[in-house]
Amino acid sequence: MTRKRRRLVAVSVGMALLAAAAGLVLNAFRDSLVFFYGPSEALAKDIGPDRRFRLGGLVEPGSLGKAGDGVTITFKVTDGAAAIPVRFAGILPDLFREGQGIIAEGRLLRGTFEAKNVLAKHDENYMPPEVVDALKKSGQWQPETKP
Amino acid sequence: MTGSLHRFANPARFQRLARAVLPWCAGGAAVAFALGLYLALVASPPDYQQGDTVRIMYVHVPAAWMALGGYTTMALASAVALIWRHRLGDLIAQSAAPIGAGFTIIALVTGMLWGQPMWGTFWVWDARLTSVLVLLFLYLGYIALVHAFDDPERGARAGAILALVGWINVPIVKFSVDWWNTLHQPASISRFAKPAIHPSILTPLLVMAAAFMLLFATLLLLRVRAAIVEHRLRTLAMARARG
Repeated sequence: MTRKRRRLVAVSVGMALLAAAAGLVLNAFRDSLVFFYGPSEALAKDIGPDRRFRLGGLVEPGSLGKAGDGVTITFKVTDGAAAIPVRFAGILPDLFREGQGIIAEGRLLRGTFEAKNVLAKHDENYMPPEVVDALKKSGQWQPETKP
Repeated sequence: MTGSLHRFANPARFQRLARAVLPWCAGGAAVAFALGLYLALVASPPDYQQGDTVRIMYVHVPAAWMALGGYTTMALASAVALIWRHRLGDLIAQSAAPIGAGFTIIALVTGMLWGQPMWGTFWVWDARLTSVLVLLFLYLGYIALVHAFDDPERGARAGAILALVGWINVPIVKFSVDWWNTLHQPASISRFAKPAIHPSILTPLLVMAAAFMLLFATLLLLRVRAAIVEHRLRTLAMARARG
């Protein structure tokens, strides 16, 4: 084997081992690399009221309302299978609306998610407004189905 | 195969090739930027959800692509330098590093300016944003490491190993949005699927991507040409000092 060939093999084997190591590490930290839990995951994990986490999903259409104090907003976050009611008093991002993907940060108290912060997620679709109108008119418009 | 590689590894031949290609890259970049910026800022429609804020995408996405492309260029050149011991590989890798770091900074800054109005925050520690910040640190670490040795050959060797090891981060950046839940949305354009972008928004994006690619090529060729001349001067000065 020439020296060049030996170096080529060494570099290739090194890169393969490194990729395997990186894969194992990322797999081990899978849970902490997740930025948010969906409603089903959050309910399945049974997270206590003392732990702060992020809840992500779609704002359930028709669930948006205001609490009696006139400041607190209430809505439900859903992933299609489960829904969790959310209470939030603060400034909402521009993209917040019913049907929109959002991520709320806070705690789950007695089945209600008390949010300290709400972020909007936007999807990977980009379209001019006229196209959306045309799609809606022809009935081919598919709103978001997953967060 | 190696024979043809050796031909391009000859610095004099590379200089001639670079001189011939450079005006085309520079001219192409100028034309693509003029057309792309017109399409992106004037002729393209606003997005149905994001309005005019979507125009940040025409700078953000191409810059992010070239941040990854720049690092891959650096890693490939480093592999050539390590395995075949061509000085030209080191010179290309070292020339690509500051350009790629610049594109990474553009992607991060425009991303923050885009995130504030759309997501409601400048920064979150999700997998995509964090891995891109790591990419910037890898660029900066590479530049620092290469210059940390008195002997440029040893600096280049250490840098080449770091560039290769750090390349592991490139697929992590690319696929972070698919592997984990992130605030950042998944890719709109993938090779296998139909793009999730309407043609009126996709066209300016692709023109801007071509402009950024040609700009990268132009800057890289200019820097490699200068690096070859500098390397030759240093070798001559060393020879004179010894002789």
